[in-house]
Amino acid sequence: MKNEAVKIFQKKKSTILENWMNNQLQDDGLREDLMSNEDLRLQSEELLSSLVDSLTDANIESSGSGDFDTIRDILASISISRAKQGYSPRETGLFVIGLKDALLKTLGTEIKDPETLYKQSMMVNKVMDNFAMHTFETFIKGREEVILRQTDEIADISTPVIRVWDGILALPIIGTLDSSRTQIVMENLLQEIVDSGSSIAILDISGVPAVDSLVAQHLIKTVAATRLMGAECIISGIRPEIAQTVVHLGIDLSQIITKASLASALKTAFNIMQLEVNKKQKLKA
Amino acid sequence: MEKIPILKMGSFLLVTIQVDLYDQLAENLESDLINMVKKTGAKGVLIDVSSVSIIDSFMGRILGNIATMSRIMDASTVVVGMQPAVAITLVELGLPLKGVYTALNVEKGMDLLRSKILQEEGPQDDDDDGDEDHTE
Amino acid sequence: MTTTETKIILNKDILRITKDSDVVPYRNRVKEYAVKIGMSLVNQTKLITGASELVRNMLKYGGGGEARIEVITQGRNTGIRLVFTDQGPGIPDIKRAMTDGFSTGKSMGLGLPGTKRLMNEFDIQSEPGVGTTVTVVKWKNG
Ligand SMILES: Nc1ncnc2c1ncn2[C@@H]1O[C@H](COP(=O)(O)OP(=O)(O)OP(=O)(O)O)[C@@H](O)[C@H]1O
Ligand SMILES: [Mg+2]
Repeated sequence: MKNEAVKIFQKKKSTILENWMNNQLQDDGLREDLMSNEDLRLQSEELLSSLVDSLTDANIESSGSGDFDTIRDILASISISRAKQGYSPRETGLFVIGLKDALLKTLGTEIKDPETLYKQSMMVNKVMDNFAMHTFETFIKGREEVILRQTDEIADISTPVIRVWDGILALPIIGTLDSSRTQIVMENLLQEIVDSGSSIAILDISGVPAVDSLVAQHLIKTVAATRLMGAECIISGIRPEIAQTVVHLGIDLSQIITKASLASALKTAFNIMQLEVNKKQKLKA
Repeated sequence: MEKIPILKMGSFLLVTIQVDLYDQLAENLESDLINMVKKTGAKGVLIDVSSVSIIDSFMGRILGNIATMSRIMDASTVVVGMQPAVAITLVELGLPLKGVYTALNVEKGMDLLRSKILQEEGPQDDDDDGDEDHTE
Repeated sequence: MTTTETKIILNKDILRITKDSDVVPYRNRVKEYAVKIGMSLVNQTKLITGASELVRNMLKYGGGGEARIEVITQGRNTGIRLVFTDQGPGIPDIKRAMTDGFSTGKSMGLGLPGTKRLMNEFDIQSEPGVGTTVTVVKWKNG
């Protein structure tokens, strides 16, 4: 038995495309800022052609069929690129839902017998819902990629190494110090020590909201690695509440030079380097 | 059998580790170096590891042994030029490198050794102000 | 990140380790693979250091054995899996062997616990009289 819906879609392809385009263009949320109507039309046409081409009497009832791989790929690339461009899930979803509406509308005008119409509509519904679900899944994957990339960028930006003096580096840490962040901090710091030949590094943690034993562990490791390279590492910006938690948690920081402020850490650094900062003296004649 | 050359520089010995050491070579280095310390009466040993790309517990133990043995013979050991990736890995591995001093490069390593020797010779030396620790 | 996805082997290589002088060539081979997949320098160093520990253990305690290097992917991740298999005496108490400082070889006892810290995944199977297999994974950006 030849499947009605498949036949109709093949015959009415251009009508369906028009309907679908209208559905999309009528939506208030259409983002002409993100994509031109021309591009939207091309994308839609590609998807529809591929759908009509791969839909057969046999596979219309099994939406998981491998015949639809091309469609799934197209949908995936569309939704991933939309996720990256900043489309909302609603906008992305409408793309597929709009096609479903157009397909069902065409069936409604072409099939006269109510029972056949019902059966065929259910079938099309199922196939399209499956595609919609797939679109959402990939859309979310796309967003996750964006988030991962941003996390990397933030981690990079937020760990600048400053050369405060010849031979002295300062590294203000702002935000939570987790293990992947520590890794980046450590790498940046140690590389900068090599590049600048600095023998003292000041790690300022006044911007770190809390120090628990894990963070302390990370700090201790950073200091240990710095020392292995032959430089000294001073931790500054220890607020009173941090000192309190450190003691309460029984964390041993005795092997580390700690200072309350960046200024006093700098003073210590000068001391280690045997430098002295003096007020300029006016010479009396 | 190939050998790792040991250079004498004044009262210090300098070893530059060029290749990733084969185990036998590393163990030879340990005994060669200790013999050299004895023969020359060297006050310090500099081990330049700037071209070493990995230090595992085996190498770490050899470095530690050299330091301990030198210490007994009244010489200090400085490991110089450790690469950042190697330092990070050693910390994670948990290797303490006990008794070993470290410096960024050979020059700074020599400075460090000189100041150690000065320190040990006691504070009764001349008043050549500048490079003595403050006592406050 | 999904860890339920299965690991797929893209490439593999097997080396026999029987003597001390096999250690450095083996390490170099691991490095080649790590460089090929674009592993970061720090992760490369951690991987090779851990590999060195395990291959030495295999020689010292297991009487030599087989070291396998695999390039694997899992979901978004690419990495290196190393498998060390020996038919040596085995380890009677794995929990103790995994403790910092435990050594039957008058050494520092850092090899096993330290390597676990350096890797993303670490598994050890051992049966006295049969042998020991250690499997580790280091991801490219792990
Ligand atoms: N392949 C193996 N076969 C049998 N026993 C093993 C094997 N690998 C490790 N062991 C046992 O586990 C102990 C701990 O190993 P680990 O590598 O942590 O320390 P180590 O080799 O003794 O010292 P280090 O690695 O610090 O030089 C060893 O002393 C040995 O008893
Ligand atoms: Mg070991």
